[in-house]
Amino acid sequence: MKILTGNDLKSGAVTWWTGVDWSLHVEEAVDVGDQAGSIAAREESARRVNAPYAIDAERDERGVRPAHIKDRIRALGPTVRPDLTLKPADPKAGSWVI
Amino acid sequence: MYLYDQYDQAMVDARVAEFRDQCQRRIDGKLSEDQFKPLRLMNGLYLQLHAYMLRVAIPYGTLNGRQMRALGDIADTFDRKYGHFTTRQNIQYNWIKLEEAPDILEALAKVEMHAIQTSGNCIRNISSDHFAGAAADEVADPRPYAELLRQWSSFHPEFSYLPRKFKFAVIASETDRAAMRLHDIGINIVRGDAGELGAAFYVGGGMGRTPMIAPLIRDFVPLDQLITYTEACLRVYNRYGRRDNKYKARIKILVHELGAQEYTRQVEEEFAHLLTQGIEPPRAELERIKSYFVDPAFDANAPDVIDRTDPDFAVWVDRNTHPHKQHNYVSAVISLKPVGGIPGDATADQMRLMAELGEAYSFDELRVIHTQNIVLPHVRKADLFTLWQKLVEAGLGTPNLDQIGDIIACPGLDYCSLANARSIPVAQKISERFAASGKGEALGELKLKISGCINACGHHHAGHIGILGVDKKGVENYQLLLGGSEAEDTSLGKITGPGFSEDGIVDAVETAADVYLRERQNGERFLDTYRRIGMEPFKEALYG
Amino acid sequence: MVDILRFRTDEAVDHPAVTVDSFLDQSNATAVRIEPGDDARDLLPHLDRLRLIEINFPTYGDGRGYSAARVLREAGFAGELRAVGDVLVDQIGNMRRCGFDAFEPDQPLDSSDVENAFNRWPDVYQATGDGRVPIWNLRHPGSADG
Repeated sequence: MKILTGNDLKSGAVTWWTGVDWSLHVEEAVDVGDQAGSIAAREESARRVNAPYAIDAERDERGVRPAHIKDRIRALGPTVRPDLTLKPADPKAGSWVI
Repeated sequence: MYLYDQYDQAMVDARVAEFRDQCQRRIDGKLSEDQFKPLRLMNGLYLQLHAYMLRVAIPYGTLNGRQMRALGDIADTFDRKYGHFTTRQNIQYNWIKLEEAPDILEALAKVEMHAIQTSGNCIRNISSDHFAGAAADEVADPRPYAELLRQWSSFHPEFSYLPRKFKFAVIASETDRAAMRLHDIGINIVRGDAGELGAAFYVGGGMGRTPMIAPLIRDFVPLDQLITYTEACLRVYNRYGRRDNKYKARIKILVHELGAQEYTRQVEEEFAHLLTQGIEPPRAELERIKSYFVDPAFDANAPDVIDRTDPDFAVWVDRNTHPHKQHNYVSAVISLKPVGGIPGDATADQMRLMAELGEAYSFDELRVIHTQNIVLPHVRKADLFTLWQKLVEAGLGTPNLDQIGDIIACPGLDYCSLANARSIPVAQKISERFAASGKGEALGELKLKISGCINACGHHHAGHIGILGVDKKGVENYQLLLGGSEAEDTSLGKITGPGFSEDGIVDAVETAADVYLRERQNGERFLDTYRRIGMEPFKEALYG
Repeated sequence: MVDILRFRTDEAVDHPAVTVDSFLDQSNATAVRIEPGDDARDLLPHLDRLRLIEINFPTYGDGRGYSAARVLREAGFAGELRAVGDVLVDQIGNMRRCGFDAFEPDQPLDSSDVENAFNRWPDVYQATGDGRVPIWNLRHPGSADG
C-alpha cells in the first residue's frame, strides 16, 4: 500500500493521512493508491501538513508498517529514547522498528 | 570572554524580530516551504525526523554560566528536558515547535546567544581550540580572531547564498585540537620572523563525501589584513565554486579542481584589489575584542598539589584534565559519554549544574569540545576533588577522555533525516562492551568516531577507528575505517573492506583493538601501530 | 504590491538589456544583463557607456549575483544596478548592501514587507561600499576610515 506522511506545520510532529485528517499514529494511515500527489498538494496548500511525501507500507498484525526503517523510526520515535516514543510503555516497540 | 555591546545586541534583537516575522509569514501562507526553508535554516531551524530541530551557535565553543543555564532552561521550557552538544561546538534541541522558535531565539538573545547561520549555505559557527586561553602551548588566544570573524560573517550580504555551507576553525598552537585542516578554511595564528602575530591560511579541507585535508595557501597574513584576505578567499569561492552539483559544491572541490596554486593566485589577485576598498576593520577593533579575552585573576598562591588518595579520583585526574599555562591550575573535561549513554546529550539539570560549576570553579567559563564534551578551562588544582565529587554525583564524572568510550557519534537515524543508519546504538554497544571487559583502559588513547551517513558529522574519516553507517537495501550496515586523525598529524581513515551488521561492527571494533594490543610496541597508540604495520594485519583478522 | 523598486532619480533605460556576449560584440547598447555564469569583470572596460546593468537571479539560492554587483560597484560603476528574476523580499536588503539600487522581481512584493526589509537592521558589521558606516567604525570614531 501507499501511505502519505508529513509533518505538522506548526508543531513539526510527524503525521499520517487517515483519509480525512492527519494523525500522529501510523496505524491510522490509509492506502492513498495513486492519489498521493493530489492529496499532498491540496493539504500542503491548506497548510494542514508540511513537506508531505508518499511511502510504501504494508499491513501487519499491528496495523500499518512503513517499508523503510527511516519511516518506522519517524512513526515511533528515537529507538535510543523509548521514553520519548509514542509507545513508552511497550517494550516491543523498538523491535518493530528494526 | 566576549560580551555584547549595544551594537551586537541590536543585531541579534533585529534578527529575532526578522525571524518572528518570517515564521508568521510562513504560518500565514505568505511564504511557501521552498521559500521559507533557506530562511529557517539560516536561523538553525531544521525539519528533522520527529520535529523541528534548532541548532544554537556557541561561538568558538565558549560560554559562561548564565548562558549554559539558559541552555538548560530552554531545554525545560521548549524541549524535552535535554539537548545535544555537536561536533561543531553547537547545541541542538530535537523537539521544537515552529511557533515557539522565535521565543527561543528571544530567550537566547537575552543571554547574548543566537542561532544565526547555524545552517544554510552560508558561513557557519566559527570553531576553535577548546583549551584556548588556558593551554600551555598556545602562541596566543585564538578567540579574538574567531570573534572578529564571527562579526564579519554575521549577515554578510555577499556570502549568504554560497554554493554550499562554509566552516571556519581558528587555532593558535602547533597542537591541533580543533581539526583545523578539515575545515573549509583553517586559520592558525602564528608568529612571523619578527615575532609579530599573523595568520596562516589553510583552505579547502573537509570531511563529507569527498574528504580532503586543506593545503596551506598563505603562511602569513598580517592581522590588519585578516578580514580582507578572508573576504578574497570567499569571493573567489562564491564566484567560481560549483553550483551544478551539490556534492561538488564545497570549496574543497574548487581548490582541488583548480589546484591549490591557481586558487591561491586568484585569491591573491582578489586580495590585491580588495586592499584598495577599505573593508578591513580598524586595528583598534581587534584590540577592543582582545581586551575581553585577558586572563582571569589567577590565584598565584593556590596550592600546586593534587591529593590523589582516592584512586577513582586519581584515574579521573589522569584521564580528564589537561595542563594549564598556570602551574597550579588545570583544564578539566566533563565527559558527556557515560558508559552506554548517548554521546553529547546533557539533561537540563546537568546543564544547570555545569553552569554552576563553571561559575564556582572556572571563572565563570565553560567550553564545548568538538568531541561533544564540556571543559571547565581554569580550575585550581586545589578544587579538583570537590569538583569531581559533584560531577560523579550528577553522572558527569566518567574518566574516559580520548579513550574508546569517548566516542563521537552524530545523532544518526534516530533523529536525523539525512542519516542512513543509526549511530547512537552502535556507540552505546561499543562503550558498554569495552567498559565491561576493562579493555578500554588497556587501549589507552583511541579515538572512535561514528557517522550515520556520508556527510560525516560524526567525523568518521578522522577517527583512529571510524564507522560509517550506510543503507544496504533498507538494512543498516556499517563500514569500518582505520587510521584517521584530526590532530596536527591529520590523516584520513581507510575502509577495511566489506561492511558489517550492527552487532558485527561491534565485534569488528574489538577485533581491530585486539590486533593493536597484540602488535603494539613501546608506548604506541592504536594510530601509531596502524601506521607502522598497515592495514593488512587488521584485514587478516577481520576477514581472514 | 510592488512590481519594481527603484532608488534612483534619473530616468530609467527604456530599451531591453542585451546579453553580455552580444554587448561585447556590438558597441551601442547601454543596457546589459548578467547571468550567474557570466564574469562581471568582462564589462569593466565598458562601464562608462553603460547606464543599466541587470543581474539575473534565476533562483534566489544562486548567490553569484551578489559578488557580481560588488565587483561592478568597486570598479566605479555608477549607473543603475538592477536585480531581476527570483528576487524575494528576504533577499533585497542584502542586495541593496551589495550595490543594487533597483529591483524587478518575477513576483510582486508586499510593500510593507519591503519597508520592513530595508529598515530591519539598525547597523551593519561589514563595509561593502554601500555608504553605510560599519559597526566596527562606529565603535572607533577616531579610526582612519571611520
